[in-house]
Amino acid sequence: MSTDFGENRGTYGPGEMPAEYEQSEAVEEYKSTRQRLVEGVLRDKLALFGAIVIVLFVLTAALAPVIAPYGEEETFGFMKEPGSSSQADVDGDGQVEQVFHPLGTDSFGHDILTRLIYGARVSLLVALATLALAFTLGTAIGILAGYHGGWIDSLLMRYVDFQWAFPELILGVAIIALSGGLGVVNVVIAIGIAYIDDFARLIRGEVLSIREEEYIMAAQTVGMSDRRIMIKEILPNAVAPLIVQATLMIPLAILAEAGLSFLGLGVKPTTPTWGLLLSDGRQFISEAWWISVMPGLAIMLTVLAFNMFGDGLRDAFDIDEGEVEAR
Amino acid sequence: MRQYILKRVAHAVFIMWLVATTVFFGLRAIPGGPVATMLGQEATPAAKRALREQLGLDQPWYVQYVDWMVDLATFNFGQSLTNNQAVSDLVMQAAPRTLSIGIVAVVVGLSVAVPAGIVSATRKREPVDYVATVVAFLGLSMPAFFVGILLALVFGVWLDLLPVFGYVPISEGLVPWFESILLPGLAVGLPYGAVVMRMMRSSLLEVLDEPYMKTALAKGVNSRVRLYKHALQNALIPVVTVAGIQLALVLVGSVTVELVFGIQGLGRLLVDSMLDRNYPVTQVVILLVSAVLVFTNLAVDLAYTAIDPRIRYGSESA
Repeated sequence: MSTDFGENRGTYGPGEMPAEYEQSEAVEEYKSTRQRLVEGVLRDKLALFGAIVIVLFVLTAALAPVIAPYGEEETFGFMKEPGSSSQADVDGDGQVEQVFHPLGTDSFGHDILTRLIYGARVSLLVALATLALAFTLGTAIGILAGYHGGWIDSLLMRYVDFQWAFPELILGVAIIALSGGLGVVNVVIAIGIAYIDDFARLIRGEVLSIREEEYIMAAQTVGMSDRRIMIKEILPNAVAPLIVQATLMIPLAILAEAGLSFLGLGVKPTTPTWGLLLSDGRQFISEAWWISVMPGLAIMLTVLAFNMFGDGLRDAFDIDEGEVEAR
Repeated sequence: MRQYILKRVAHAVFIMWLVATTVFFGLRAIPGGPVATMLGQEATPAAKRALREQLGLDQPWYVQYVDWMVDLATFNFGQSLTNNQAVSDLVMQAAPRTLSIGIVAVVVGLSVAVPAGIVSATRKREPVDYVATVVAFLGLSMPAFFVGILLALVFGVWLDLLPVFGYVPISEGLVPWFESILLPGLAVGLPYGAVVMRMMRSSLLEVLDEPYMKTALAKGVNSRVRLYKHALQNALIPVVTVAGIQLALVLVGSVTVELVFGIQGLGRLLVDSMLDRNYPVTQVVILLVSAVLVFTNLAVDLAYTAIDPRIRYGSESA
């Protein structure tokens, strides 16, 4: 705002003031959470880029059968280079036509672009299911621990200690091995468990500070039940860091799923996933580099988008970087 | 001060006990028990009984539990089920490989990340900062095994400069050893360095904003002293924590990267033993990995007290 010290100085009578001062006297404009969020993301170019990629990723996963050029199990020539074509009878009319492979084919002859598009489904499904698991359990435990303290709190803190000693992937590998089976459900449990404590710790910290607010005391005084206070009063006030934590957890879950698949401990080996494709290509790195590089780039782009979007959200909500752990 | 150290050590020992207990009960909670999974459906009752006896599973659980704790305390880890080698031998074979990779990763990661973070923070919004930030973002977004494959592709296959498969022990010469672990180490070190660099940058930016930095400027302290003495000392504290906690990233990265480069390290041992249902090996590797993490974090905690006097006095914040 420019302050006018020039010729207009002294031209205002008593009780008058420049227009711009009147405006700044007004109460700071109230913006809803959603408004702040949308404006923050639109201003931040990296976050906007992230948001666009995320939307594309979700659309790709949802519309996989429509977008994918070929069927997920269809096979063509082995290890075709990106941009090459092979001869196959795709539509089953008995005539052989040229089949174009923009990203090449893998060692089984699957079209890589098609496999990547279907792979997005697994990544998204695992990420969202993991998030739902960790979010629900973590928030419930954290809010109870923060509000009541006592044994729930001690138990939570012991669990946090315990997680200290178990890196996510090792815990995931152990859970997969113990549950003795491959499959989406096992993968989701294996990855999700490792993130429960992140949410629990975050919300516990929030609750500890919110609990001291006057409106909580007011709610208690008017006889609101503990459950209602937790759900209606505390949770909505802790929602911003939770959203940020959730956005930053999705890329970690995608990376963890890819890591488990890469180790051969993820979903069934026939499922198209980015991690499995990458691991398949590892053996053929000198003959067919694209088999592992393409899914690697897909993982990178998706994770990058979520990280940028999450960072943008954190700035938009003005949350301290230490509060939400980015790992 | 001594009390604080004792408290931290006791805490570390407690966590190790918790991990050992969890592993103990976890293995016994497998549906059907380890014996059935190891021998399969068609095993004869006699074979099952023999294996149960060999593993000591015919004892009541509290006897087994005490035995397990005694074995751990005396470093008696039993034998591998697949080839009857002592588990401690297998682990001793694998550990130096993972350790070599880890050392390269941490040394490279820290020696690049800390200076990069400092430059990035002191030249905020200059081209250097953007380059460093983009590299860090990429590092955060690429799984270590993908970085490994890219490095193997570029330096191994295309440029043919470094080997991309296998491990050469240090006894066969320093250079071949280093060549065999350089690429895996870099692959693990990039994501690690990226996390540390981001932390260094944001922590230093925060400190540079503090009023006492302005005071130092007003007093006429020269910029070098301001940065290295006033700012860096405080900014390093969270960086040290992150560098310690993120050692987990190095270990996890090593698990997958060992697979890329065909190195029989701890990660391979862990995954292979799990796929073979070779429980005696699995449990020891898990315990070893946890022990490394718990005790490095203990060391970091104690290193703190040296850097930051506030922790020594305020027991609440510890």
